[in-house]
Amino acid sequence: MYLYNDVDQQLVHDRVACFRGQMERFLGGRLSEDDFRPLRLQNGLYVQRHSPMLRVAIPYGLLSSRQLRMLAHIARTYDRGYGHFTTRCNVQFNWVRLNQAPDILAELASVQMHAIQTSGNCIRNITCDALAGVAADEIFDPRPYCEIARQWSTLAPEFMFLPRKFKIAFAGGAEDRAAIRFYDIGLWARRTADGTPGFEVFVGGGMGRTPMLGHSVKTFLPGTELLNYLTAILHVYNRHGRRDNKYKARLKILVKDLTLAGFAAEVEAEWRHLRGGLDTIPAETVAALQALFANPAYATSGRDGVADAPPPANREFSRWQTRNVTRHRHPDYAIVTLSLKKTGSPPGDATAQQMETAADLAERFSAGELRVTHEQNLLLPHVARKYLFELWAIAVSQGLATPNSGLLTDLVCCPGGDFCALANARSIPVATAIQQRFDDLATLFDLGPLELKLSGCVNSCGHHHLGHIGILGVDKNDAEWYQVTLGGREGNDSRIGRVIGPAFAARDIPAVIEKIVGVYLARRHPGEIFIDTFVRIGIEPFKSGVYGAGHGRID
Amino acid sequence: MAALINRHGLVAADPWQRIADAAELAVAPGRHLLLPLPLWTAHRQALAGRDRALGVWLRPDDEPAVLRTAIATLALIAVDFPCFTDGRGYSLGKLIRERYGYAGDLRAIGDILRDQVYFLSKCGFSSFALRADQSPDEALAALHDYRWSPRPGGSR
Repeated sequence: MYLYNDVDQQLVHDRVACFRGQMERFLGGRLSEDDFRPLRLQNGLYVQRHSPMLRVAIPYGLLSSRQLRMLAHIARTYDRGYGHFTTRCNVQFNWVRLNQAPDILAELASVQMHAIQTSGNCIRNITCDALAGVAADEIFDPRPYCEIARQWSTLAPEFMFLPRKFKIAFAGGAEDRAAIRFYDIGLWARRTADGTPGFEVFVGGGMGRTPMLGHSVKTFLPGTELLNYLTAILHVYNRHGRRDNKYKARLKILVKDLTLAGFAAEVEAEWRHLRGGLDTIPAETVAALQALFANPAYATSGRDGVADAPPPANREFSRWQTRNVTRHRHPDYAIVTLSLKKTGSPPGDATAQQMETAADLAERFSAGELRVTHEQNLLLPHVARKYLFELWAIAVSQGLATPNSGLLTDLVCCPGGDFCALANARSIPVATAIQQRFDDLATLFDLGPLELKLSGCVNSCGHHHLGHIGILGVDKNDAEWYQVTLGGREGNDSRIGRVIGPAFAARDIPAVIEKIVGVYLARRHPGEIFIDTFVRIGIEPFKSGVYGAGHGRID
Repeated sequence: MAALINRHGLVAADPWQRIADAAELAVAPGRHLLLPLPLWTAHRQALAGRDRALGVWLRPDDEPAVLRTAIATLALIAVDFPCFTDGRGYSLGKLIRERYGYAGDLRAIGDILRDQVYFLSKCGFSSFALRADQSPDEALAALHDYRWSPRPGGSR
C-alpha cells in the first residue's frame, strides 16, 4: 500500500488545523454560512436531515486493517456505532456533531486518512477497479497512477472552485470494473505494441438528471503525460464550463455543447503547451510507487507447513464460495467479498464490530489489506484458498458472509430520504422490502447475476442508471414514487437504463420486481443471464409484464 | 475600504484607482489607473506617456492572451472574482504567470477571503485586495495555511 511520506502527513495535519480554525470562526459567528459552506463541503461535511454527515475519503478504495479499525473507533466514539460505505468507495458517518468534525479529522490524520474533497465543486476522491493488482485480466495495475493523480488533485490550487463536482475513475483490466464511462474522466489502462503503459481517455460521462456515457477523446495517452493531459482537460473545463445553471455545469454538458471533436481540439491545444512540461511523470516515480503497491509474497501450497485439507462438505460454505469468492491471479489464492448486504441492514452499512472483524480477517488472511467496492461491499484481495473455510466461519458469525455477491439482493442503495437532505424519497425501506421478497437463496441463485441499483433522487448516488434494474425515487405532489429503469449496465458494453413507464408507490415495488424477473424467467434461454435476455428481447415484454398487455397501446 | 495585501506581504494602502467604465475614466483623478480590458485596449495609447501608470483588470471570462504583446509594460494585472466560488480566475492567474510570463504584480480583486488566499498565491497571485469585512492580518497569516507547496510530476 501507499504510505504517506512527511509531505503527505504534514499536509493532512495542516488541513486539520486549518479546518479547525474555520469551524471555530463559523461557530463563533465570524464566518457566515455562505462563506463556510464551500469550505465544509471540501472537507466532506454535509448538513443532513438529522445531523451533519461526514464523508471520509478512501482513495481508490484501498484500506489497511489499521485504517478500518480507526473507522470503527470513529463510528463508536463520534457516531452511533456504524458507518455507510458508498458507491464512490468512501465511508459516511451519519450522526457526527459539527464541533467534533475537526477532532475526527485529526484522528483520521493519525492513520493517513482525511476527508479532503469528498464533496464540493472540486476534484473528488479518485476511484479504481477494486481488483487492481490481483485481477487475472489486468493490463497493468493502475494504482500508482491513481496515487499520482490523488497527490496532484489534492488541494490542486487551480481547481478548487470548478463549475461543479468532478469525478475521475481508473480501470486496469481488459474488463472495465470501475464504471469509468459514467465519470467526468475515465482512464482505461492500455499498452502500446512495445509495452509503453498509458490510458485510453474517456470524457463527459456522468449520472445525475442527464445521464451520459463518456466518450473516448484519446485512444492512447502515454502514462508519463497523465497529469499534463488531466490539467489540460480541467483547465478547459474550469474556464469554459457553465456556471449559470448547476444542472448544466458538469463536464458532460460542456462536451456536448462543444461537440466531442470541438472539446478534444480545445484540450489538445492546451495540452500542446503542457506536454513534456513540469508535470510529466518521471519513470522513477512510477517505479517507486509500483514497489509500494506490490502484492505480498504469496506462499505456494503447503504454506506454514500445514497440509492442504479439502474444505468440509458444507452447503452454506459452498454457496458462499460460488458467489463471494473470485478467481485470483495466483492459483492458490482467492479474492473474497465480505458482503454488506445482509437482508434487513441498510446496504453498505457496517457496524463498528463488523469493521473490526473485517480488519481482523484482513490481518489474518489478506496481508492486512482490504478494498471497498463500488457495489458497497468489502473485499479481501489476498486470501490463500486453504484458509477460505476458516475465514468464512468467522465472517458468518458477524453477518459478513451473505452469499449474494452479484445477485439481486446484493443491491446498491444510497442512504436516501432517511438521512439525506437532497433525497426525494426513501431508499433503504424499499431496498429492505426487495431483499425480503427475494430472501430465499434457491430463488436468488436461480435468478443468477442481476444488478439492482436504487437512488433516492436524481443525484444518482445509488447508481440506478447502470443497474440492470434501476429504481429512482421521485417526488410527486409531496409523495414518494419510484421510477423503474431496465437495461443499464457497466463494463465494456456500458449502457444507461431506460425508463419502463409511470412510477410506482413504494409498497408496489417488490411486486413490480417480481413481475420483471418473471418475464426473464419465462423468456430466458438456458444459461442466459438477466441482462442478456433483456438485450435479446428488448424492453417491450417487460413493459407488458409490468403494466399489462394493453398498456400504452393506442386503441 | 478594502484592505490590500501588497506583493511584499505587507498590509498597505492601495494607490490604484479601479475604473469600472468609460464614465468613471472621464473623471478619473488618480495617477495609477486600473482599467477594465476594453478600456485599456481602447485608451492605452492616449493615456500612455502621461505621468501615470496603467494596469488592467480582467473579468473571469476575459481572454488574457490579448495582453501578451504588451504584458511587460503593465505595472499591474488584476483578476476580478465576482464571487469567491467562481474559480475561473485561478486559471487566468496560471496563464498570465506561466504561459505569458508576466513578472509584475498580479492581484486578486473582488470577493477575496482569507480562506482562499493560499490557493490564489499558488496560482501566481502576488497581491490581494480583500473583501471589506476581511481581516488583513488573518489573511496574511492564511498565506501560510499549508507548509506544503504543490510539486510537479506527482513526486513528493
